Amino acid sequence: MNLIIRGIIQVQEITLLIWRVLRGIFRPPLYLREIIRQMDVLGFGSLTIILLTGFFTGAVLALNTGNTLQKFGVQSVSGQLVATSLIRELGPVLTCLMLAGRVGSGIAAELGSMLVSEQIDAMRALGSDPIKKLVTPRIVALVTMAPALTVICDMVGTLGGLLAAISFQGQASSVYMSSAKVAVTYNEILGGLIKPTVFGFVIAIIGCYKGLSTTGGTVGVGRSTTQSVVVSSILIIAVDFVLSKLILSLLLGP
Amino acid sequence: MANKFHAIEFRDVSLAFGDRVVLDRVSFAVRYGESKIVMGGSGTGKSTILRLTLGLIKPDSGAILIDGEDITFYTEEQMMKVRHKIGMVFQEGALFDSLSVYDNVAYRLREQKAPESEIEPVVMRMLRFVDLEDAVDKMPNELSGGMRRRVGIARALVGSPKIILYDEPTAGLDPITARTICELALKLRDLEEVSSIFVTHRLQDIEVLASEYVVRDDFGNLIFEHEGDKLCLINTKFIMLKDGNVIFSGSDEEMRGSGNPYIRKFLDNER
Repeated sequence: MNLIIRGIIQVQEITLLIWRVLRGIFRPPLYLREIIRQMDVLGFGSLTIILLTGFFTGAVLALNTGNTLQKFGVQSVSGQLVATSLIRELGPVLTCLMLAGRVGSGIAAELGSMLVSEQIDAMRALGSDPIKKLVTPRIVALVTMAPALTVICDMVGTLGGLLAAISFQGQASSVYMSSAKVAVTYNEILGGLIKPTVFGFVIAIIGCYKGLSTTGGTVGVGRSTTQSVVVSSILIIAVDFVLSKLILSLLLGP
Repeated sequence: MANKFHAIEFRDVSLAFGDRVVLDRVSFAVRYGESKIVMGGSGTGKSTILRLTLGLIKPDSGAILIDGEDITFYTEEQMMKVRHKIGMVFQEGALFDSLSVYDNVAYRLREQKAPESEIEPVVMRMLRFVDLEDAVDKMPNELSGGMRRRVGIARALVGSPKIILYDEPTAGLDPITARTICELALKLRDLEEVSSIFVTHRLQDIEVLASEYVVRDDFGNLIFEHEGDKLCLINTKFIMLKDGNVIFSGSDEEMRGSGNPYIRKFLDNER
């Protein structure tokens, strides 16, 4: 029972945090410089791991499905298989899981240690609103950078699949690429961009919430960091299911 | 109205975190130019008083007045204006790790969108006041504990607030550095007429704050004088907290003469 009540209180507090972010988002001061800095740190800073994740995911996908496709004599569609899987599912989910691990934890740790060392109080005492100064820029940065990184992940993933298909299955690159092109429709891409936008928001809001609700000194910071990764990862996977259903019925037809 | 003479006033303020009562109908007032030294053991709500004064947390009941203005039910936006009048020195300095000493001190002015040409002289003046001009380009993690507190003081002084709150600024410092911090507080009290709440539990601080004062001689030099037997400082008063209640309020002479066993124990133990 206690657990349920605690859960409800957390949902309430997160909703309140979201409301405070939305209420202040267009009111000055806007902290544009801080937003751009966060886009650089959180977004561009994650580029390397996203490149590696995307490349190897695409490659292993082509590798694993190659034999099965060959049995049915449709090895030529492996490009489409890889690209569709990446755009619809693996690109958004893997990119955002990596972001939850790298960025969400970092946000929780940073805000958590600022809280326990009284820097958040100092910020308020010196006349700035920590929601606008710390939370909003991180949310804006992740909501914009997560889709951008997902697109990059999709691209290098398809490339990874191509290399695997050429080198291990002796496929012609033109066959792979023309088959992959079939997968790239506007609706597929749109669906594949909605997901990371939502996930980016989830990662940022959970990271900020966990950081700002840290209690119990430095041990508490560690706990918040772990919780932010766990909660945002689970939420990403759960929300992914709901979004997939919605996108399938609304954008991609029955 | 009596509150015209009070920079800060608490009226029957109560606050509890869950079942734990932190403050129980606490009332006191700080007159203009007065330093109120708040003492008490750990967890007796000393820091809570400062956080309430800044409006960082709200009381469960009672009223808090700053400059005669009732801030008890102020929103965060309204509080922003009140906070311009107040400078707060946090326990460990609470400097922003990601910003240099210069940027930390300049923070408040940057938030107010002041032009850089105005910011620099103010920052340098404040750093000169705490004698840390050389550290201007350092990052907070390169500073010693005492330097961090002094930068914290410099940061709190930007905008010349007439109220300064000190949250155990000398805790964990060596006696010499602690004295430097106390001297800064004296300078602000006696030369700038700043009203303040000074939270501490160190008797050495009390000694300095309650019996010394600073004057400027004809050449502009600062001279620290001891009150001696003839003088008695009236601008420094004490309150002692225990279990969320004010158990003593008055001057240092009265406190030393008090027969209250808790105060006796406190004064003897610290020595």
